[in-house]
Amino acid sequence: MSKDRANDAPGTATSASRREWSEGTLRQALARRAERAGPFSTVSSLPIERLYTAEDLGPEPLGGHLGFPGEYPFTRGIHPTMYRGRLWTMRQFAGFGSAADTNARFKYLLDHGQTGLSVAFDLPTLMGRDSDDELARGEVGREGVAIDTLDDMERLFEGIPLDRVSTSMTINAPAAVLFAMYLAVAEKQGVPLERLTGTVQNDILKEYIAQKEWIYPPRPSLRIVTDLIAFCLRRVPKWNTISISGYHIREAGSTAVQELAFTLADGITYVQAGIEAGLEVDAFAPRLSFFWNSHNDFFEEVAKLRAARRMWARILRERFGARNAESWKLRFHTQTAGCSLTAQQPYNNIVRVTVQALAAVVGGTQSLHTDSYDEALALPGDHAVTVALRTQQILAEESGVANTIDPLGGSYFVEALTDRIEREALEIIDRIERMGGMVAAIEAGFPQREIAEAAYRYQRQVDAGEKTIVGVNRHLGDDERRPGLLKIDAAIEPEQLRRLEQIRARRDAGRVERALAALRAAAGDGDNLIPPMLEAVRAYASVGEVCRALIPVFGSYREVAVL
Amino acid sequence: MSARQRLRLLVGKVGLDGHDRGVKIIARALRDAGHEVIYTGLHQTPEMVVQTAIQEDVDAVSLSILSGAHNHLLPRVLELLREQGADDIVVFGGGIIPDEDIPGLKAAGVLEIFTPGASTEQVVSWVDANVKARRR
Repeated sequence: MSKDRANDAPGTATSASRREWSEGTLRQALARRAERAGPFSTVSSLPIERLYTAEDLGPEPLGGHLGFPGEYPFTRGIHPTMYRGRLWTMRQFAGFGSAADTNARFKYLLDHGQTGLSVAFDLPTLMGRDSDDELARGEVGREGVAIDTLDDMERLFEGIPLDRVSTSMTINAPAAVLFAMYLAVAEKQGVPLERLTGTVQNDILKEYIAQKEWIYPPRPSLRIVTDLIAFCLRRVPKWNTISISGYHIREAGSTAVQELAFTLADGITYVQAGIEAGLEVDAFAPRLSFFWNSHNDFFEEVAKLRAARRMWARILRERFGARNAESWKLRFHTQTAGCSLTAQQPYNNIVRVTVQALAAVVGGTQSLHTDSYDEALALPGDHAVTVALRTQQILAEESGVANTIDPLGGSYFVEALTDRIEREALEIIDRIERMGGMVAAIEAGFPQREIAEAAYRYQRQVDAGEKTIVGVNRHLGDDERRPGLLKIDAAIEPEQLRRLEQIRARRDAGRVERALAALRAAAGDGDNLIPPMLEAVRAYASVGEVCRALIPVFGSYREVAVL
Repeated sequence: MSARQRLRLLVGKVGLDGHDRGVKIIARALRDAGHEVIYTGLHQTPEMVVQTAIQEDVDAVSLSILSGAHNHLLPRVLELLREQGADDIVVFGGGIIPDEDIPGLKAAGVLEIFTPGASTEQVVSWVDANVKARRR
């Protein structure tokens, strides 16, 4: 029985349990001064206790549950040495205007110490449309780089040897086409495909859920995904075939738990699709990768990443029976949360990004993009993107966080939070399984509705002042001098159209026609689509031409909007 | 104080931009405020927006654009409304729209632009103060 501490002189007790402390020292302190109003919860509204102790940890000993770095279940990291072996890749997402503009930005970033490339395409390209598409008016080169044909792709990587850089391409619905173009550039550079390293996002499921850049319906789209996986198994073995993404789900307004659950559920669907396509799980699973958001609540993000590793390892080993340890490893890229950054007092965003980047690193990311402080205003300007890159370099070189593996491992708080996030995410995954899997859940509008609800709830909290955004609903003030913003030259669009017209005039129209016909035939016959796509892009068929060619076979997706 | 008027509002996204977090919140906030909201969803062309606005006999059109294509798309919507003799339907919008582009958009006839950081209260109040039911 604990002694009655209430009458001890304040601060003199040495409690043996939390209960004693709570009833004695704490109660005395609260009697003198109440806590702040609260609520004390994460940005995702997960309630947080005032103190965590050993009593908050699960029944298993820490060692059994956590594992060691590089060993199942990888809670502490997927590699035995983590950043002591190699720092994370500093990979800034970049792209705007013409291929030449973006090529210059790539070179700028590489010169300033970035260690991998990441391509942002413009909206027409992302939607599988050409720059002269009716819906592309006003959109060309504005949200990313305009890529219509192999000619643009060649300009994009001019002077950049593809056997010496790894390239991540954020492209989904037309991922296979842009991937084929990348391979064709490699061919022209004389680089064997087996030497290529990089990633295509190629995560079509999250498009229906969150990012909304689609062409075909879910089921035929999954076939394109597995075709790319199968092709890479044979010909491009070092390529990451999907970047299974939570980032966009979170940006759309989900909680951290939802981000984790929906993403892993997408992953389960891809693994199943690969197996159903006749592929060996231990052959393709090692090249699946992930992409997480890193939002404001530092500890929630660290815990989420640790939970993610442990959950995926269990799913691959126990559910799918994978035997290859590489199949169990959740390798991931992280991006700091664009949606958390403000137009007001934009230099505050440097601080936000630093905290978010720190969470990603402490959480063990393999690769990281840090947002620029002008995120809410425009695409990154030179100065802003340099500060963002320097943020990573300072974390890597000055802060000491890369000196040891999983520095927060063993923290009562972080372990309790990791366990809790894992439990709650498993419940959601279970729910999706009972609906028949993620495709069925998407068709029923489930993740879309959950995200819209969470987004609305959060906005109400902000509007009511329950969640603070510094500079927006609290600590308002005169904005500093506005940063100089990147402007997309309106001349980009007509120039791009001219270039496209010239390519079409110069190319062998017969060769293009035959290639597109062969592609349509392969689509109908169930043959792998990548070889015919490769032939089409070599002939300078455009993104739009290749994508449209498949619509008669696959159909077009129409969303039933859920508010 | 008079009861809040019940307006008919078209809310949607024009162009290829698929980022619909904000527009859905605006649609819902306006609906919760008592207005009839026709949510068009994504990928509307200016032609589709105007056709729906006229068919649905709305009082105002509210468009979200985060893609940078606002200088083309918003004036185009206004142009089409004028051409069809429906320019008593007012247009407002929001998204990632640089301050320096706002005067040009207003000159083209956009009544208001809401930029990042605007609260749902601000939008709802503004609608109450500035959008009137068209004569029916």
